[in-house]
Formats: sequence, structure tokens, C-alpha cells
Amino acid sequence: MQADQPLYVAKPFVSRVRPSRRASDRALKILSMLFTALGIFVLFWILGMLLVKGVSALSIDVFTKITPGPGTEGGGLANPLIGSIVLTALGMLIATPIGVLAGTYLAEYGKASKIADVIRFINDILLSAPSILIGLFVYTLLVAPFGGYSGWAGGVALAIIALPVIVRTTEDMMRLVPGQLREAGAALGAPPSVVIRHVTWRAARAGMLTGVLLAMARIAGETAPLLFTALNNNFWFEPSLMGGVSNLPVTIYQFASAPYDNWQALAWAGSLIITFAILGLSIATRLILSKGH
Amino acid sequence: MKPMNFLAAAGFLAASAISASAADITGAGATFPFPLYAKWAEAYKASANIGLNYQSIGSGGGIRQIKAKTVDFGASDMPLKGDELKTDGLIQFPSAMGGIVPAINVQGVGAGGLKLTGAVLADIYLGKITKWNDKAIAGLNSGVTLPDAAINVVYRSDGSGTSFVWTDYLSRVSDEWKSKIGANTSVSWPVGVGGKGNEGVSASVKQVPNSIGYVEYAYAKQNKLAFALVANKDGKYPAPENKAFQAAAANADWNAAPGFGIILNNQPGDEAWPITSATFILIRKDGDAAKNQAALKFFDWAYSNGDKIATDLDYVPLPTNVKAAIRQTWGQELKFTH
Amino acid sequence: MSAAPLAMTEATESGQLSRRTKPSTTSDRLFEYASRGSALIVLVLLAGIMLSMVIGGWPAFRQFGVGFLTSSVWDTQSDQYGAWPAIAGTLTTAAIAMIVGIPLSLGIAIFLTQLAPAWMKRPVSTAVELLAAVPSIIYGMWGLFVFVPLVGAYVQTPVSKIVEGLPLVGTILYARAPSGLGVLTAGLILAFMITPFIASITRDMLDQIPSVLRESAYGVGCTTWEVVRHVLLPQAGVSIIGATMLGLGRALGETMAVTFVIGNANRLSASVFDPGSTIASRVANEFNEALGMQLSALIALGCILFFVTFVVLCCARLLVARVGKI
Repeated sequence: MQADQPLYVAKPFVSRVRPSRRASDRALKILSMLFTALGIFVLFWILGMLLVKGVSALSIDVFTKITPGPGTEGGGLANPLIGSIVLTALGMLIATPIGVLAGTYLAEYGKASKIADVIRFINDILLSAPSILIGLFVYTLLVAPFGGYSGWAGGVALAIIALPVIVRTTEDMMRLVPGQLREAGAALGAPPSVVIRHVTWRAARAGMLTGVLLAMARIAGETAPLLFTALNNNFWFEPSLMGGVSNLPVTIYQFASAPYDNWQALAWAGSLIITFAILGLSIATRLILSKGH
Repeated sequence: MKPMNFLAAAGFLAASAISASAADITGAGATFPFPLYAKWAEAYKASANIGLNYQSIGSGGGIRQIKAKTVDFGASDMPLKGDELKTDGLIQFPSAMGGIVPAINVQGVGAGGLKLTGAVLADIYLGKITKWNDKAIAGLNSGVTLPDAAINVVYRSDGSGTSFVWTDYLSRVSDEWKSKIGANTSVSWPVGVGGKGNEGVSASVKQVPNSIGYVEYAYAKQNKLAFALVANKDGKYPAPENKAFQAAAANADWNAAPGFGIILNNQPGDEAWPITSATFILIRKDGDAAKNQAALKFFDWAYSNGDKIATDLDYVPLPTNVKAAIRQTWGQELKFTH
Repeated sequence: MSAAPLAMTEATESGQLSRRTKPSTTSDRLFEYASRGSALIVLVLLAGIMLSMVIGGWPAFRQFGVGFLTSSVWDTQSDQYGAWPAIAGTLTTAAIAMIVGIPLSLGIAIFLTQLAPAWMKRPVSTAVELLAAVPSIIYGMWGLFVFVPLVGAYVQTPVSKIVEGLPLVGTILYARAPSGLGVLTAGLILAFMITPFIASITRDMLDQIPSVLRESAYGVGCTTWEVVRHVLLPQAGVSIIGATMLGLGRALGETMAVTFVIGNANRLSASVFDPGSTIASRVANEFNEALGMQLSALIALGCILFFVTFVVLCCARLLVARVGKI
């Protein structure tokens, strides 16, 4: 500190920076720090709010009892929790194979061809398409013709949202695999599909997994597309997934916008569970990636 | 939460999910009777082990879903007209009655601590009265300290039978309302913010200071919301409770309209609450026979065993003769045997 | 790659490997077809979404024509529908989100790439990315329960008192009833939602600029401001515009967070403190109860949203060099 002192004092005199330049520079620095601080503050505000309101509402009942009726005490979130797990799993089961294969096509077969470029571009559009429109699309595709809401429709809607994430990450990760590995596989006389499955996929395994986790984080909290597809259920849904399937996001939406204290407490508990599950997935992907590199 | 506990809980849940009864009844629509249907469903599940998955999405939604065949029954507080029932092949019958109250959130004013007339309510909802201490309100409430604050009007953003009853009442007491806005499940509201369902309106009134909204009385009661008293046709201010709603229904002519479609607004009588309504169930004639029977069984059970539950929530059970007439209709139209 | 099949055919002629390779060529071809088919599903999906919107919205477009875009009537009694209030609400909330969100995101990106000490970079980056991962319904709840009362008490009420009766601002910034809900509140929540998203993409763009450019600029005595202004922005400017457009695409289509706080009013108002609606919030509110023409009008609204976001996202993707970020 002592050694810095004279330097620190001398700086303005030594510096040939004009005051106006210095002012704009300082303004930029202060604003950047301020905005970053604000961002972090908002994050902790949201997480803090979830913890304060959610933890007090958490109990073993939340995981074992089904949703209470309006103005009824007690109950839990067992049916929406399980329903959400089922819908997310269904979405991932549909999206993962298609997404991995499509990403593989772009990375290994399509490469720089015109069609692959178009698919890449469209996939990026799908990636940011408003999720409520996906809900509308699946409604006209699977709800209206079959005369009823269903878990299948909900799963398909979530799959459509997950798919582009998986396609993109799979392609990106497979492209990182060095060409020598592929050549080595081919030199052993293995056909392309075998090389892809046993060499490229193996090498890109961790990265591809992050894509799947990212997609899961993306769909776990999706509400809008479920409003028109799986809707909700106050009880256990049918194992056949026909009819409304209870799910956490729509339950949170209904409970949070209702006046009942018990419902609001459960909405906070559900929000806490869903947010920390999603943040956990995001952190897991970062850990996997940082290990890989 | 320890992982082992979580696994145990997950296993338990999976087991109970699989044991879910496959013969559940599905219904959707009006939010007005939702607290009642939820309690009925709880008791029915305990006695018959059949669940009712009722989605409280508003009467507009109930009418749409039954027409689109996505549910076993639809629910609406706005009775459909005879020709509409005919074209869509629907059977309509009431399940219970209830009252609508103007819920308020004004500092220092408790339940029933404010008096309003229909005309003043209409002017508030027309945006002509904008402050709580407006002369029109203060004049009705000498001795009540009213804040110098803007009135936050809350209405229903969804298609709603409660909105229909409310706007029908305002049309009866205000010519300006009748000519400018009219009565329907959704209208072009001149001022205010929208809440989804009776739930959303109650929540907004609860949260937003200096607000007023209209909700079925059970919502105000369960959530301890303050409400205003409304002058009835005879100029009296009855408390909104069971006997006031019953008084409004006292001289109802249930056979005046097809499908028991009566309107109970602004009825004469000292005791009568001015904004009262029946709530209706819609079932398809061409619906799945077994599902129709299951839905009717539920309401049959509710007519026989659900009166106390209804009264506890301040809904009004139907008179015995009306129930008999409804059961007769079921027998004729849907081959239902009690 | 092409060497492998060649080797295969030679091997089959010798007959020795044929039993093992014949199925493998079939499975090889099957695998290729499967992956090509999966890739084509992406195209089919987008086409399907587009088609379903156009077909579903067609009756409304045919009935109301161009008037559908400009009419402000939304009346279920007379079955007349106009999209303008929802379009205006969508554009206004998105504009507010951009005006607030762009400087915020740029500031955060510049901090992370130019100013943050090494030990801070990682945790702050992680925090920003976590903020981007928080689901929209949580933003909606936070907005409704925390943000709305604050806006009502500390923004709408005092500002309305100040501007009452003034020309222009007295209209735009006047709350008839300061509930805290409204178009401005929705725009601010959207700003908080898209900021981390734009910031993390922009950070990646700035990180990709060769450091030699920066070093030499600092070397000749430039201040950080000048480096940003004359080196970074010219280098990455186009991509940054693309990144903000990606954020705009999100803001235009966001549903839940907006539905919670915008106040769900079907009318036009000149004041950003008044309640309104966006296309997405209108569809979420009314879709499950709509029949006939109303249903078609809602899908037509969805169709408009689709084409607007499609154009925005196309521009964005053309401007953004592909980075490893989503």
C-alpha cells in the first residue's frame, strides 16, 4: 500500500489523458459495475425470495400428499411433481434420439451442404420460437382432433422445445472431436456408422450429455405450452396419460394467482423445487463442460 | 431432504399414481361454484372412491369445452338459451345457488363496512367515479373515513358467468351501463385490470390497495376479504349470507326458461341479496353413456348428501321440488335411474 | 470418410468378410437415413407450426382482412375481433425491455470481459447464466408479489402526481389507478429476463475478439471507454445487434411473466402505467374458452406473433456469428 501511495498521487499528473476522456471512461466503468451489481442483486433477490417463502412451506407432505382443494388446509404437490417428472421424461424420450441423430447428420453427413445449412438455420429459429406457439401447434395437432387434453400432447410439446437444444449441442460437440480419431476408425475398416457410434459419440459423450441436461432445464419450467396440451389435474392422472395430467408449472400458475394462503404457500414451495432443480441442472452442465476442457 | 427419503417418497408416489382410479369424472368451467365442487368432490371420493377432476377455467371455458367434447360436463353460471341447448345437443340443469359480493380493499373498512347502490357500482365500473372519497360514495357512508385514493377496479379477464351475472345486474340498475356495455360473459370494460377466475379477482383485490372486484361470496369469506353491502330493490342493505341469497331465490319461476335457466338478480323483498345467481351444469346428450351416468351419479349424490357442505360455504342448495324436477329430466333425456 | 465404403466393397469381393459386412452396409445406410430423417423433422416442425397458424387463423384473416391488424375492437358479443391493442402491447413491452435491457446487458458484458478481475469472472458469469435459466413463471411470481407493489407505491403514484395535467408526459406517465400492474411493469420484468441472455451472448462475442487488438489499443494509451468505443464495438457490433435481436425475439413471445403483471386489459391506452395485453398474454388468457371466430382470431394473433418473431430471429441469426451459446 505504502509503495503505491506516491504512484497513486502522481497518476493524474503523469497521465496525459484529457479530463473529458477520463470522465467518459470513468462513467463507463462505474455503469458497468453498477449494472453487473444490479444483475447479481436481482438474482439473489429472486433466489432469496424463493428461499424465504418456499422453505417455510416445504415439508414431507409436499412430496407425499396431493393438491388440496380451494380453501382447504394441508395437502401437497405429489401429483404435479410426479406429473411433471413424467411429462419431462416423455419429452426427453421423444426429443433425445431425434435430436442426437439430427445433430449427428449435421456434423457428419450434412456438413457444409445447402440442406444442412438450411436445417441449421431453421433449428436456430426453433430454438427461440415463442413456446406458446408450440402449445398452439400441438393443440391443433394432437388435442383438437382427439377431443381432449392429454399427457401425450404435453410431452410432445415439451419435446419440440427440447429438440433444437439437443440438435445444436450434439452438432457442436461432435465437431469438436478431432478428425484423426475418425480416420483411425475408418482405417480399421469400420463403416461410417460404426465410427460415428463407437468413436465420435464416445469422444463427444460428455458434451452431448450437457445438451440433454440443458434441454431438460429448458423444459422443466415451461408453462405456456402445457396450458393447451396437458392442462392440469387436481388428482392423480391416469397412467395411460389420457386426460389432463397434473404438472408443476401450471399448478404454480393457478395457485400463485389465487387468494388462498395455503395455495400460495404451495406455489412458493413448488417454485423453489423447480427453480433449484433447473439451476442444479445448469450448474451440472457447466461442471461437465469444464471437466471436459 | 436426504436422497434415501426422496427415493422412498418417489417410490410411494409411483405406487399411489398407479393405483389412481381410472373412472374419474372430468369437468371444467365456472369458477363461481369451484369451492363447492371441490368440497363435494372430496366427500364423494371418500364415499364412492371416484374422483372429480374439475378445472376451474371460467364459464366461457366450460361452455367451450363441453361443446368441443373434451370434458364429461361443462359448468356455467350463465344459463344457455333454449335454441343453443338444442343445436349443441346439451342438457342443462342447476347445481346450487350463490351470491356475488363487491369485495373491497380499503384501509380501515371491514366486511360490510361500506354501503353502495347499484347505480354507484355501475358508475365505478364505468370509470365515472374514480376516487374512494367521491361524494357519491361518501354520501351513502356518513361516519366512514374514506381515503383520497384512486379506485382500482378489478374485473374478470376470462369469459365468466360471474361477469355475466354482475353485468346483468348493472344493466338492470343503470341505463347507461345497459346501452354502453351490456351483459355478457366478457364485455369491453372501460377501466380496470383483469384477473383470471374468481380466484384471480380475489387475489388482486387482496393484493392491490384501494381496489374493488366482484366475487362469489365463498371466495370473500374463505379469504377474509372485506366487502361492500349493496342496496337491494327495496332499498334495504341485507348482509350477504345464506338467508339473503335464499330470499332472492324465493319467488323464482324455475320453469320459465328451458334448462331451468333463471336469473335471480335484483329480486324484490327486504331480505333479498340483489346479486344472486344459480350455477349450471351442461351435459351432452350424445356423450359417452357410461361417463354421463357417472357425472349424473355425482350430482345425484350431491343433491342427496351435499346440502350441508353447500350451506357451510354459504351456497344455497336447490329446493327439493327443483331437485325432483331435475332428476325427472335426467330420466327422460339421459335414461338416468336414481 | 469416403474411403471406408470403398474398402468395404473390396472386402466383400474376397468373400471372407462378406457375412460381417453385408448387414453393416445395410445398417450403415439405415443409420444415415435415420439421421437424415431426424434432421428433416426440424424442417417439418417449423413448416407445421407455420401451416397450423395460417390455416387456423385463416377464417379471421378472411373475415376481417387488413382491418384485423388495425381494429381495436375485441368483442365476443358481436364476434368482432381486432388485433391492434395486443400488437401495440407486444411492441410497447418489447420496446421498454430493449431500452432498459440493452444498456444493462452491454454493461455486464463489458464488465465481464474488460474490467472484472480474474477471480471474479467465473462466479459472476455463472450468476448471469443462472439468471438466464430461471423459468419465466418465477419471474412472473417475483414480479407480481415483489415488484408490482414497489412499482405501484414508489413509481406510479409519485410520478402520476408530478405529471398530472402536463402535456404529453401527463398522458404517457399517468396512472388512472396506480395498482402497480401495467405495461411498464411488464416491460421491466421482460428487461430483467432478457438482460442475462443478451449479456452472456455478448460476452462470448467480445471474448472472441483477438486480444492483440485490445492490447495494442491499451498500449497506445487508450482508456477502456475508447477501447470499447473504437475497437470492440466496430469489431463485434454486428454480432451484438444480432444478440439483442435474439433477446427481442424472446421478449416478443414471452407469456407467463407478462400475464402475471400486465393487468390483462383489452383496450388501448396512451399511458404505459395503464394495464394492457400482449399477443401471448391474450392467447394464454382466452384460448381455453374460445370457440369459432374467437378461436380463429386468437390463432391469427399467434400467426402474427409467429411471423414477427420469425423475421426478427432470421435477422438475428444472419447477424450473429454462431457461437457456442444458445
